[in-house]
Amino acid sequence: MAAQNIKHALFCAVITLIISYPILGFNLEAQGINVTIVGANATTIMGVFLAALVVFVFQLFRDSIMGKLGNLSSLSSGTHKEPMAENKRVKIESWVLTGIVVLALFWPFFMSRGAVDLATLVLIYIMLALGLNVVVGLAGLLDLGYVAFYAVGAYTFALLSQYLGVSFWFALPIGALLAATFGLVLGFPVLRLRGDYLAIVTLGFGEIIRILLNNWTSLTGGPNGIGGIPDPTLFGMEFGRRVKGEGNTSFHETFNIAYSGEHKVIFLYLIALVLAVITALVIRRFMRMPVGRAWEALREDEIAARSLGLSRTAVKLSAFTIGAFFAGFAGTVFASKQGFISPESFVFLESAIILAIVVLGGMGSQIGVVLAAIAVTILPELAREFSEYRMLIFGAAMVLMMVWRPQGLMPMRRIHIELKKQE
Amino acid sequence: MQDLLYFSQQLINGLTIGSTYALIAIGYTMVYGIIGMINFAHGEIYMIGAYTALIAITGLASLGVAWLPLILIVALVCAMIVSSAMGWAVERVAYRPVRGRHRLIPLISAIGMSIFLQNYVHLAQGSRNIGFPALIEGGFQFGSDGAFQMSLSYMQITIFVTTLICMTALSLFIARSRTGRACRAVSQDLGMANLLGIDTNRIISATFVIGAALAAVAGLLLGMYYGSVDPLFGFIAGLKAFTAAVLGGIGSIPGAMLGGLILGVSESMTSGYLSGEYKDVVSFGLLILILLFKPTGLLGKPEVEKI
Repeated sequence: MAAQNIKHALFCAVITLIISYPILGFNLEAQGINVTIVGANATTIMGVFLAALVVFVFQLFRDSIMGKLGNLSSLSSGTHKEPMAENKRVKIESWVLTGIVVLALFWPFFMSRGAVDLATLVLIYIMLALGLNVVVGLAGLLDLGYVAFYAVGAYTFALLSQYLGVSFWFALPIGALLAATFGLVLGFPVLRLRGDYLAIVTLGFGEIIRILLNNWTSLTGGPNGIGGIPDPTLFGMEFGRRVKGEGNTSFHETFNIAYSGEHKVIFLYLIALVLAVITALVIRRFMRMPVGRAWEALREDEIAARSLGLSRTAVKLSAFTIGAFFAGFAGTVFASKQGFISPESFVFLESAIILAIVVLGGMGSQIGVVLAAIAVTILPELAREFSEYRMLIFGAAMVLMMVWRPQGLMPMRRIHIELKKQE
Repeated sequence: MQDLLYFSQQLINGLTIGSTYALIAIGYTMVYGIIGMINFAHGEIYMIGAYTALIAITGLASLGVAWLPLILIVALVCAMIVSSAMGWAVERVAYRPVRGRHRLIPLISAIGMSIFLQNYVHLAQGSRNIGFPALIEGGFQFGSDGAFQMSLSYMQITIFVTTLICMTALSLFIARSRTGRACRAVSQDLGMANLLGIDTNRIISATFVIGAALAAVAGLLLGMYYGSVDPLFGFIAGLKAFTAAVLGGIGSIPGAMLGGLILGVSESMTSGYLSGEYKDVVSFGLLILILLFKPTGLLGKPEVEKI
């Protein structure tokens, strides 16, 4: 047993060296056409050998380490704790959530412009993640091309404002509905497919839409994107220094206050906040409606659900369309926040980030997804020196999450009624 | 005559690219045939193979080795070793613990692994694309001077020959060797193979290693053919190869070869007669159409859903 362990540990250590030393130990440097090779610095090489040593030791004592870890997790997870009474928990939860929303309403007035801008981005990601949560978390359809609907929303607003001069408030429902229509039209043929095929097909659709946006230069401006997207107005009041639209007044003149660039940022933040709250509430309602139960039933066991009379296509299509709708919402807000969009913003990586948020938060769990969206967007900003490791950590986190905790950080709690114990 | 030459040129280009797609597609199709999951990180393993080959070539050049066959063989062996080790480690770390769970879980794990590996190479080697030296130059020219000339480069011939050798070796391995027989048994019925005393874990690892080694061959060949590598180079190639695998019928090895060739030719015809920008649209469109109308692919077996 011991000899076998040593052999296995040695093998793993050698594999670690093989996969890390050539890539990390030699750096290719291009100078014009010539490529030269430079040995990495001593720290990297030390790191590589240290990693191999760690792997060796871990594999050698694998059984005892894993046994100890297993004991630890059973102690800390609080499996023996009595769950809080359902109605009490719901009450506390709703009070806490209301408190957070109220706090979020007043918070930007005391913060710097950059922080509010970042918070707007967080809210956009929250909307996207909540929408994708319906598709992936509730209905169990892995959509890897979700960013396509986000792009549809953003480009709808950009194109409508450029060619027809449509304002934000008109474009918002149009963008969302158009994205939903896209979801409906694309979803109709593909939803017959099995889980992993569906993932690849949606990925293909996402890429096709991006390539089209990139190459249809006469309409979308191609890689140069579309600029000059107008900011949202408040009852015809603009937030710029000078009024651009006809018949509009400016915000600071109407209220007779000094012009400040922050007004616009805060206004955008508030719009995003309201829309994110609407998104969360609407989806929360859907989850408790028959259609929400049907999503979950179909996810858990398709054959059983169909034999109980659920229409597979209708149920899946509803999830897909609703998810796309909220992506369109988020896209419109994004276009208006940036003022400029290009196909660069809608690459596959963006889909993967949104998926990572849903997975990390706990598929199906709304609070988990919101917290994960905040964490995933803000953490890289806080740790700027580690920002280049962001995607590396994302990837590793996705793998680790699937291996150790596939239900996510805050797993979804099913709404249920417990039978009273018989006296 | 001109048109015929132009057409043949596109055909040759398409077959060249297509045969490398077929090499990568083998990895997808074998893994899918055995454990029924899409190894999303396979494109990254191919990219790592290309990087390793480039590192080996540059290293040998700086040591002053100039004999071409030696350089190529050393680069090939290095790339195959590193990629195989990577394939083995990826299966061990990211796929084995989640095997047998709900279908989406291994797929998400694989996407995470793909992002991880992309950024691993990105951090280690930088995000810029690096020129790959053209080691095999020259070729045959057909057609009269002044007009369109069809060319068949030595590089293209190398790609054909290497692919042919790899495919023959793989077919023989699967058909004749003990491990190959075990592979077939496991892909037919994993549980039963296990009962009959086949070490299925070892066979699954072997599939990943074989797929990764072939991807490394493709990495070296395509790196030289395109003349540059970058960390994102595996993503699109991986998708294309997956398309090829699905096109031919996922789980079937001859299907992967056929699918790769069809995909390569249809792509080069699109860029030759329509526009190069839309060639990716064509291959993704092809993928979607195949999945919609014939999900089993050209040579695949229909999958029966059991309760």
